[in-house]
Amino acid sequence: PNSFQTTFTPVSKDKNSQTAGHLAGGDTQSSNGPSGQFLARESIESPSKVLLMLVAGLSFSTRLYMITEPPHVCWDETHFGKMGSYYINRTFFFDVHPPLGKMLIGLAGYMSGYDGTFPFIKPGDKYENQNYWGMRGFCATLGSFLPIFAYLIVLELSNSCTAAIIAATLLIFDTGCITISQYILLDPILMFFIMAAVLSMVKFNQQRYRSFSASWWLWLVLTGINLAGALGVKFVGLFVIILVGLNTIWDLWRLLGDMSLSLVDIAKHFLARAFALILLPVILYVTIFAVHFVVLNKSGPGDGFFSSAFQSRLIGNNLHNASMPEYLAFGSTVTIKNLRIAGGYLHSHWHLYPEGVGARQQQVTAYLHKDYNNLWVVHRQQDNNSQSGNPDLVRHGDIVRLEHKETTRNLHSHLHEAPLTKKHFQVTGYGINGTGDANDLWQVEVCGGRKGDPVKVLRSKVRFLHRATGCVLYSSGKTLPKWGWEQIEVTCSPYLKETPSSQWNIEDHINPKLPNISLSVLKPNFLEILLESHIVMFRGNSGLKPKDNEMNSKPWHWPINYQGLRFSGVNATEYRVYLLGNPVVWWINLASLGLYLTMVAVASIATQRGFSLEHSLVLVRGGGLLMLGWLLHYAPFFTMGRILYFHHYFPAMLFSSMLTGLTLDILFRSADLLLHPPYSYWFQRAGQLLLLFSILYSFYLFHPLSYGMTGPLAHEPGSAMADLKWMDSWEF
Amino acid sequence: ICVSEMLQLPLVVTAQVDLLLVLVSLLAFWTRLSHLNYPNAVVFDEVYYGQFVSLYMKRVFFIDDSGPPLGHMILASGAYLGGFDGNFVWNRIGAEYPSTVNVWSLRLLPALCGALCVPLVYLLTLELKFSHLSALGAAVLLLLENSLIVQSRFMLLESVLIFFVLLAFFSYLRFHNAPSSWLILSGVSCGAAVGVKYMGLFSYLLLLVVASLHTWKLIGDKTISHMNVCVQSVHRVLCLVVVPVLLYVFWFYVHLSFLNRSGPHDQLMSSAFQASLQGGLSRITRGQPLEVAYGSQVTLRSSVSQPIPCWLHSHKVNYPIRYDNGRGSSHQQQVTCYPFKDVNNWWIIKDPGRQQLVVDTPPRPVRHGDVIQLVHGMTSRFLNSHDVAAPMSPHTQEVSGYIDFNVSMPAQNLWRVDISNREAESEVWKTILSEVRLIHVNTSAVLKLSGVSLPDWGFRQLEVVADKLFKAHSSSLEWTVEEHRYGTSQEQKEREAELHSPTHIDVDRKISFWAKFVELQWKMLTVKQEESEHKYSSSPLEWITMETNIAYWLHSSTNAQIHLIGNPVSWGVANLSLLAYQLLAVVYLLRRRRGLKDVPDGVWDQFVCLGCVCVGGWLVNFVPFLLMDKTLFLYHYLPALCYLYLLSPALLEHAHTHLLSSVTHQRALCVGALAVLLSIFLTYRTFCPLTYGSPELSAHQLQGLKWRDTWDILYRRR
Repeated sequence: PNSFQTTFTPVSKDKNSQTAGHLAGGDTQSSNGPSGQFLARESIESPSKVLLMLVAGLSFSTRLYMITEPPHVCWDETHFGKMGSYYINRTFFFDVHPPLGKMLIGLAGYMSGYDGTFPFIKPGDKYENQNYWGMRGFCATLGSFLPIFAYLIVLELSNSCTAAIIAATLLIFDTGCITISQYILLDPILMFFIMAAVLSMVKFNQQRYRSFSASWWLWLVLTGINLAGALGVKFVGLFVIILVGLNTIWDLWRLLGDMSLSLVDIAKHFLARAFALILLPVILYVTIFAVHFVVLNKSGPGDGFFSSAFQSRLIGNNLHNASMPEYLAFGSTVTIKNLRIAGGYLHSHWHLYPEGVGARQQQVTAYLHKDYNNLWVVHRQQDNNSQSGNPDLVRHGDIVRLEHKETTRNLHSHLHEAPLTKKHFQVTGYGINGTGDANDLWQVEVCGGRKGDPVKVLRSKVRFLHRATGCVLYSSGKTLPKWGWEQIEVTCSPYLKETPSSQWNIEDHINPKLPNISLSVLKPNFLEILLESHIVMFRGNSGLKPKDNEMNSKPWHWPINYQGLRFSGVNATEYRVYLLGNPVVWWINLASLGLYLTMVAVASIATQRGFSLEHSLVLVRGGGLLMLGWLLHYAPFFTMGRILYFHHYFPAMLFSSMLTGLTLDILFRSADLLLHPPYSYWFQRAGQLLLLFSILYSFYLFHPLSYGMTGPLAHEPGSAMADLKWMDSWEF
Repeated sequence: ICVSEMLQLPLVVTAQVDLLLVLVSLLAFWTRLSHLNYPNAVVFDEVYYGQFVSLYMKRVFFIDDSGPPLGHMILASGAYLGGFDGNFVWNRIGAEYPSTVNVWSLRLLPALCGALCVPLVYLLTLELKFSHLSALGAAVLLLLENSLIVQSRFMLLESVLIFFVLLAFFSYLRFHNAPSSWLILSGVSCGAAVGVKYMGLFSYLLLLVVASLHTWKLIGDKTISHMNVCVQSVHRVLCLVVVPVLLYVFWFYVHLSFLNRSGPHDQLMSSAFQASLQGGLSRITRGQPLEVAYGSQVTLRSSVSQPIPCWLHSHKVNYPIRYDNGRGSSHQQQVTCYPFKDVNNWWIIKDPGRQQLVVDTPPRPVRHGDVIQLVHGMTSRFLNSHDVAAPMSPHTQEVSGYIDFNVSMPAQNLWRVDISNREAESEVWKTILSEVRLIHVNTSAVLKLSGVSLPDWGFRQLEVVADKLFKAHSSSLEWTVEEHRYGTSQEQKEREAELHSPTHIDVDRKISFWAKFVELQWKMLTVKQEESEHKYSSSPLEWITMETNIAYWLHSSTNAQIHLIGNPVSWGVANLSLLAYQLLAVVYLLRRRRGLKDVPDGVWDQFVCLGCVCVGGWLVNFVPFLLMDKTLFLYHYLPALCYLYLLSPALLEHAHTHLLSSVTHQRALCVGALAVLLSIFLTYRTFCPLTYGSPELSAHQLQGLKWRDTWDILYRRR
């Protein structure tokens, strides 16, 4: 309700000043007061409110209609629903997105009486008696704000109700926007913050002649808050931050050129923006993480991704109030963790390196999850049986042999090149039952230690130097291909520089012959946790590679609505929901992009040659902002290596729809350049009606995509959707 | 006296310019061209380009995804002039050239291009409206850059690329300063630069941006008539867009018309493309009937060449009853995709309504939409699919040769022919030309190569499945008939004999140049080489500080060696000037915005133009590498570096004339510049042994040259 308030009330208050600002237009002139512009705004004032109510009503009713259908887990609900439950259960987990979205989902579930017990195992699981409607309803409510925001943004930019209503209509009746808003997903939350940020920014831009007034501050601060929100949900929020950043730089550049302002004034402007758009979002963003770490204090499935020190914070983790022998000894069973963030445990398994990749011996990798195959036994150079009595401690400079507990192979290295890092040597598991060769010997070195220093569990940074070749055990951080189960490469590096990649610590330590001592692990401070979790997230993000049978969607597919996503159901008998944009809406958007570029080209060449066109300022300024938004939310995907999905396009689609509203409106209104008054007016009305009709009719045709369909698939005979499979690639 | 002075002065000036330019050029030729045939061995990437040169000499078709063909053609023309016959095995770096190979001519053209870069930089600085002294500075920087010398002296392409890029900018600026026919040269050089390496594209785009900014100014000039503006704009578009594009296509035209024999990369191309080459497939397919008819005997090749090209295949072995992971199969006969020619690749097309397996007279052609059965020639099993999970891709259907085990698993062996590149609805299925999807009638699944290798029970052949999903764009769904003949023998025994016999006689098929061009271009952009780290590969950020070197060559018995190492002092100067320009630009911009004009408008324009060309050139030649996940080497940085060498002296001149007011400061600057030049010369001398590979240095001396710990300099153990 709060955000609803903020978007509504100031609209009516600030009208006058906006008009003044807008019509005064130019860069450097200041406004002389709004005397002449009252009339223009007054005529817009009353219908705009009615239209806004209409937009809001339609938007909420289309999004909330049949919200509980289908009553089973759909698509990524299995992730985000599960993560919402983790918050309710306070269990620690790892995800590649920042936590705000999932925290809000968890909160919505908690408020609506969901108790966090539903396991969300796989799509298609029935919810039975669980209260899932609260989480879905929350997402749908945020999704319903998108057309409203679009309406207000376009109204601000173009000053035309028609443009605004076209943009809102496109979004209200787009099946894709409806579908993506109706489920427990991060996207509606993300898009809410993106649009709210853009709206606040646009409103703020209109306050430029009332610097440092209350409403100026309000919109500035709101922009900052929404930016933090957007980034807190997904890293895609970065793109809207860039958009706002560019807009701010442009704004400051304008102020700098305004010779009526003193340097002190400019410094004030700069500081205000730095506070509201940099400092405030950073503080909020950090707060989100602080809440995340405070709430999630129980051990869970995400532990292994983090360092030993991090894990000791989590209740239930074996490092929480750990009790184990303090110093490493011969005969101990240990897990060895790489110190590079998200470096993984030293791991081996019953699989050989494939042919052509070094020697055909057993693989040694680094693995992020806790597993029996991470256990290694520390042996002396010679004997296999540890002697009776108190075992000797392993000290700096000692020669050890590390035997993999499960397969009894020794950690081994030799002069073959490593599978991915060709400059390093390959590390393998070699020998059986402890008998190997001289290449199995490693010298233990405690970083910063001297000869004879014992190795402290958890706290010492240890390096393993290979005796025969002099190289050091190293985790390169590169993901092995499928033969290596997409685990991380472990090599032996001939470069002896001390880096976290070549340093390891002993995490678990089992030795029945030594007394267990309660160890207090050095607790990391908040900033270290924050940094670590970010690095882990980025690693995770870039590591998302397409699975075997998954279709990798290409960015160029998206604007042409080439292929959707199955949210629910595959067969004829199932209740099917298919995420696909309303093709009419999407193709109008696509055509408008081309149209916009043409119109801008014509308008700017005309201006450059000294003609003046009526709408060229709105077209270039307002349209340019939206075009930039579209580009920023679309172009970066072309360079991304990670797996991409169709729904990544939706933020860009919002910008594209707003641009369409603005472009088509100007196109209709420019009819008077070619036609005489009565005809141009008719043309304008006819265009608008045709547009409205085609959007409504296509929505009527395609609405089953969102609200669910059963019966035969579209390409089979007797399907209700038979004639609607306009592209072969659609799969409904 | 007055007249004689007027006559004398311009004469003296021109003579001076010429002398400097000539001197610099001579030095450039001397540094780049002397002892060109030493070492008489394969140096670094010569081993890579050499194989293509050999193929050119033999007119054998190849694909190289590293760049368009002009670069290879230039290298090949050098080889051709030297009488190289292509008979040399390029298999390892350091292999000695036999006396029959004219090494000098192989390396001549890149070295010439490298040498010409030096006078070009001189002229380019003049066109940027800086003084002769700056021009001389830029030329000297380039002249004494060890890495550029190394890269120019061997059969490599960077120097050629740099030459064309510099030429493009020089001729464009010459045109801009004094409109003339230089523009067409600029367009040609752009086309050549892009034709040598794809990296040239970025410089070309930068040039287009600069040109469009200038054109934009022209459009805004209201003193010029509309007509004139139109003509000028069209002129620029013609020269700078149309000409390069046409040239780019032209390189391919030459490439394709020149290489007309089949060779090692045939398999990557479509059957139609292969058939247009002499030898190889065209020898087999000559004289085949064009239209596929009922009773035709065919081999079906998968349209994708990933992971390798292969043919639909079956053999007398069944799927295992249970797979390793416990799933069951139909236990019917295996159908796979096999990457070698084999008699088991033959299939017979059968009309479901009739029993016979021979072609009628006249033949009844199969058309788009017809339903057929496919009978395996050697085992007479029908191609079949059913609702059983495929062995390796369980989300798709198994494809088998049908065996009736009486387990209520009926035959589902009808397939509908869907010709995806048809022009008319009732098009006939054509050998080689038609790309066909086989749609399973019962389940509407499509026959597809999954690309996964089967385990040992499937002899490591590739898995073939039927995929129900309509991911229709994938070309892994398409098959072409490659070998084809009309079956004549009804009896199984005769038919087997017929299948073993070779296919018959003549006429070849032509596909148009455009089809070949599009296919080749597409393959070049999509063929992925295995990504592997090289011992000397490096990441872009390491280039700025020259963190790594590349060992190009080591003498087979002594310590004489050649490395790609830049001149560290020049490298530092380049980085400094880049930084200085950016700082200066920011300060200028902010102050101008507040109405404080530090320099007059003319100088400001000159400064901006310098930045656009040099800093812009550095950016477009450096930043894209940050986004690439290819294996990268230090030599990829050389084009970007050249722009910085262009920038340094010009910036110095700007500082000298416009920033320093007192004469003492100016003198100090001159002295400093001289000192830097001197040290550049000294470092050049120091690194010469690693640049030219002679004289041989002792291990101790080599150790002395290892200025950075990360450089990898080789020592031979005695």
